[in-house]
Amino acid sequence: MARIIVITSGKGGVGKTTTAAALSMGLAQRGKRTVVIDFDVGLRNLDLIMGCERRVVYDFINVINGEANLNQALIRDKRCDSLYVLPASQTRDKDALTREGVERVLNDLGDNYDFIVCDSPAGIEHGAYMAMYFADDAIVVTNPEVSSVRDSDRMLGILSSRSKRAEESMEPIREYLLLTRYDPMRVANGEMLSVDDVQEILSLKLLGVVPESKAVLNASNAGIPVILDRESDAGQAYGDMVSRYLGDDVPHRFLHPEKKGLLSRIFKG
Amino acid sequence: MGLLDYFVSSRPKTTAGNASVAKERLQILVAHDRVARDKPSYLPQLQQEILAVIRKYVEVDMDAVSVTYEQEESHEVLELNIILPESAAARGV
Ligand SMILES: Nc1ncnc2c1ncn2[C@@H]1O[C@H](COP(=O)(O)OP(=O)(O)OP(=O)(O)O)[C@@H](O)[C@H]1O
Ligand SMILES: [Mg+2]
Repeated sequence: MARIIVITSGKGGVGKTTTAAALSMGLAQRGKRTVVIDFDVGLRNLDLIMGCERRVVYDFINVINGEANLNQALIRDKRCDSLYVLPASQTRDKDALTREGVERVLNDLGDNYDFIVCDSPAGIEHGAYMAMYFADDAIVVTNPEVSSVRDSDRMLGILSSRSKRAEESMEPIREYLLLTRYDPMRVANGEMLSVDDVQEILSLKLLGVVPESKAVLNASNAGIPVILDRESDAGQAYGDMVSRYLGDDVPHRFLHPEKKGLLSRIFKG
Repeated sequence: MGLLDYFVSSRPKTTAGNASVAKERLQILVAHDRVARDKPSYLPQLQQEILAVIRKYVEVDMDAVSVTYEQEESHEVLELNIILPESAAARGV
């Protein structure tokens, strides 16, 4: 049975889809059979970030409604054989995402995959609830900023009370913190919450810290998950995240400002 | 950005310490949220209805009834506190 991972946050625009794309590509590159599902019905972003938007014929809702089978809807990644994308539909009504329908699709996928990555929509409404309900693991994507941390904490409350695992008194969802859009310089200047501050409040296992990086926009422009940009800080941070998720003990990087050149160090005194 | 600007902008700013303000606010917010989260969702309604019943007999303020909920190790405590106006108490309603 596949392990189901939800990428969630509460607050919008914090980097969930960027993370879902990176994680699924990273797992697949390590030989894990992986499918990534876009739960953001109505918006549909994941296929753009994955660069497969022109190959979308059928989507998640079509499969739930029995209008297409899984094989017709799944898009195989051109860069990595063991990665598949199940896109969201752009037009349909969000209520089409029924709990029974989602469960059936997850069960059908389960036998053929090692990991199912669920890209949650923002908010704490129906779509986000569906994305997290069946999860085994949750990666709570958080920005070092008051409203994002607060929403993450709310999401943790939902994970521990309203998920299937909670409702059926099973072993709780394993929760991880991923801090993104981290600006070490602003942290050093005391302008931004530090990773320790956020950890102190949320007390979660830290899966990674992804710096604020130009590489993320470049990657999304090109439709290439940023984890494939191995030169970039964000790509490397996501690579480390995947290794940690799989159990490797990798030290955290990009927590401190880069060492400046001699000149600016002198000026800064 | 001119050289002078560089000096100015790299100096410790008035904004320094913002992060500690953010952290403090968050700690309070999150503590509040967590208390509210663990309460049963029927509490506000319960409070309303009790208030309505009391008001059938005694003229009390909106905030005369308070319901608090606490989770202890093995059981939950629901504490109901009603403040009657002095005159009502004297009359022994
Ligand atoms: N580490 C980063 N550095 C710089 N920009 C980033 C980073 N992570 C995400 N972004 C940018 O932030 C924006 C939102 O990212 P993304 O779409 O992944 O967030 P999301 O949480 O999925 O949003 P939504 O809640 O709308 O689904 C995008 O423009 C993305 O390029
Ligand atoms: Mg998204």
